[in-house]
Amino acid sequence: MGKRLLNTVAAAATVLGAVTFGLAAGTATAAEPIKVGSFLSATGPASFLGEPEKRVMELYVDRINKAGGVDGRPVQLFLYDDGGAADKAASFTKRLIESDKVDVIVGGTTTAATMAAVPLVERGEVPFISLAGAVVIVDPVKKWVFKTPHTDRMAADKVMEDMKKRNLTKLALVSEDSGFGKSGREETLKAAKESGIEIVADETYGAKDTDVTAQLTKIKNNPNAQAVLVFGLGQGPAVVTKNYRQLGINLPLYQSHGVASKEYIRLAGGAAEGVRLPAAGLVVANQLPDSDPQKKVVTEFTKVYEDAFKSEVSTFAGHAYDGLMIALDAVKRAGGTDKAKLRDAIEQTKGYVGTGGVVNMTAKDHMGLGLDAFHMVEIKQGDWTLVK
Amino acid sequence: MFAEFLQYMLSGLTIGAIYALAGLGFSIIYNASHVINFAQGEFIMIGGMAAATLTASGVPLPLAILMGCGGAMIVGVLVAKFTVERARNASVVTLIIITIGASIFLRGVAELVWGKDFKRLEAFSGETPINILGASMQPQSLWVIGCAAVLIVAIGTFFNRTLTGKAMLATSHNRLAAQLVGINVKRVVLISFALSAALGAMGGAVVAPITFSYTEMGIMLGLKGFTAAVLGGLGNGPGAVAGGLIVGVAEALGAGYISSAYKDAVAFVIILLVLLFMPSGLFGKRGTERV
Repeated sequence: MGKRLLNTVAAAATVLGAVTFGLAAGTATAAEPIKVGSFLSATGPASFLGEPEKRVMELYVDRINKAGGVDGRPVQLFLYDDGGAADKAASFTKRLIESDKVDVIVGGTTTAATMAAVPLVERGEVPFISLAGAVVIVDPVKKWVFKTPHTDRMAADKVMEDMKKRNLTKLALVSEDSGFGKSGREETLKAAKESGIEIVADETYGAKDTDVTAQLTKIKNNPNAQAVLVFGLGQGPAVVTKNYRQLGINLPLYQSHGVASKEYIRLAGGAAEGVRLPAAGLVVANQLPDSDPQKKVVTEFTKVYEDAFKSEVSTFAGHAYDGLMIALDAVKRAGGTDKAKLRDAIEQTKGYVGTGGVVNMTAKDHMGLGLDAFHMVEIKQGDWTLVK
Repeated sequence: MFAEFLQYMLSGLTIGAIYALAGLGFSIIYNASHVINFAQGEFIMIGGMAAATLTASGVPLPLAILMGCGGAMIVGVLVAKFTVERARNASVVTLIIITIGASIFLRGVAELVWGKDFKRLEAFSGETPINILGASMQPQSLWVIGCAAVLIVAIGTFFNRTLTGKAMLATSHNRLAAQLVGINVKRVVLISFALSAALGAMGGAVVAPITFSYTEMGIMLGLKGFTAAVLGGLGNGPGAVAGGLIVGVAEALGAGYISSAYKDAVAFVIILLVLLFMPSGLFGKRGTERV
């Protein structure tokens, strides 16, 4: 009697187990997660870039999953913090490819971190969308590597374009001795050569300098200079701006896209009046005309970000949003996460309207942004105004 | 031509005044304890951050500066009490390393309290540049140079006219003898930390409108202050002040006439040359090693 009961129970358990197991297996195939890998500099010296990127990745993966995922599949995020160190970025990329087995990587806050990951993703054949600025990431084109942010070359070209409109042909350059400033300097020199603008002064300053009047005095006394361009990040450009006004230099002052945040205006105060710089649509979201294709995207993104984090949205946050959206959009078009098909789909991204601009990728252009992605803005009364 | 030279001099003197204050802080602590306190830059940072954040939240400027100085003095005493005093039998090198640790710790705490972004402090008396013979300076520069001068004179008076000051001087000359005549040497060390912290914080507050304040502002200022102190002869107060001004002016002239790329290198080339050819500095007494 007792034995029979035991048998029955065992049989029942087996059946039950099989059913549960089968069900579990069934759900797994129906909704296998899309694995998105990411390594960002959420801490360390580049944290002002990486922190908002991390927030956006987590926020949007969460929102997408709550809305039912992509094609019914949830998105699973594997996110690591490289602390701004390129060697860590490389080892995290290795981990993402080999042990997490991600379908696509969206990350790489700095150019250094990105370039450390490039050989690994090329060998591992995983599509990689970088969030870093320098033009070397996509020039020359690498099969598996894409990027979302504007390049320093585009910023330089945009400034040259504006100078020509104002009939200015002689530029004095002041650049920061940081990675960003150095790369910006090189690209500006190249851009100037091609657009026929003469560089009449080439000064540098340290990223932590508190006074650049010495460099600016030289420019002030240079009879040829017709305009000044500053290439830097953080407080340096604000110091330059203040010293510039202190010395009473009357030439038009340009800054790079590196200072396209309200922080710059706040730091430089009244001295920032009249400064021009190329900026992404996201920065001037509320001033874009309704006819601008980006208007809807950037207004909505700004609202979501600022509601969620109670802090001002930055272009860097936008780069992460664009990266994630381009990747997931490609998953839809590729009909799955086969890496080769996914890569092709990313490369075929056409007319994607993001926070950085309208993206049209080709086999030769793995960024897909045109010069119209930048808007020339002028600071008036402590706020951005579009230059018509 | 002359206007250009004058401009470099004015820029150099402004920044040099800050280096001088930082250098003086190094000297005071070195005299009392033979420790080179690499947390000196962090006192500057505390002064700058406190002034910027407190005024932003409505505290009147003078009160904000005083609170910054007070806060820095407390931190200074804590650093002395919990690190330098506890490890007092350790070698000087160990003590110096401890102060580097303390500076990293303080920077971390400051980042938690105040965040990583730059803070802006309004200039004390407007931003209309003052023109002098074709060169121009911010009114804040006068504040910086003036405050530095007043503080340096005050410190001088304190050391030469008050009993506590004289006790500190005595300790710097001969610690054992000072102890034997009844000077509380431990207290002297604490006072020296409090004093340097207040000096640094005051410097940080007046310089903040020019440099902006952020949690890492102390690193470079501290290093330059150290250069100033070494150049003037470690432990020599007036020497540190002269050293600060020399480093500041040399940097500005270097950036103006040679190349801005070598601006920071100027200070460090100076320190290398000093250490190689006159290790006791411009005004320091020749080091005599007692056997």
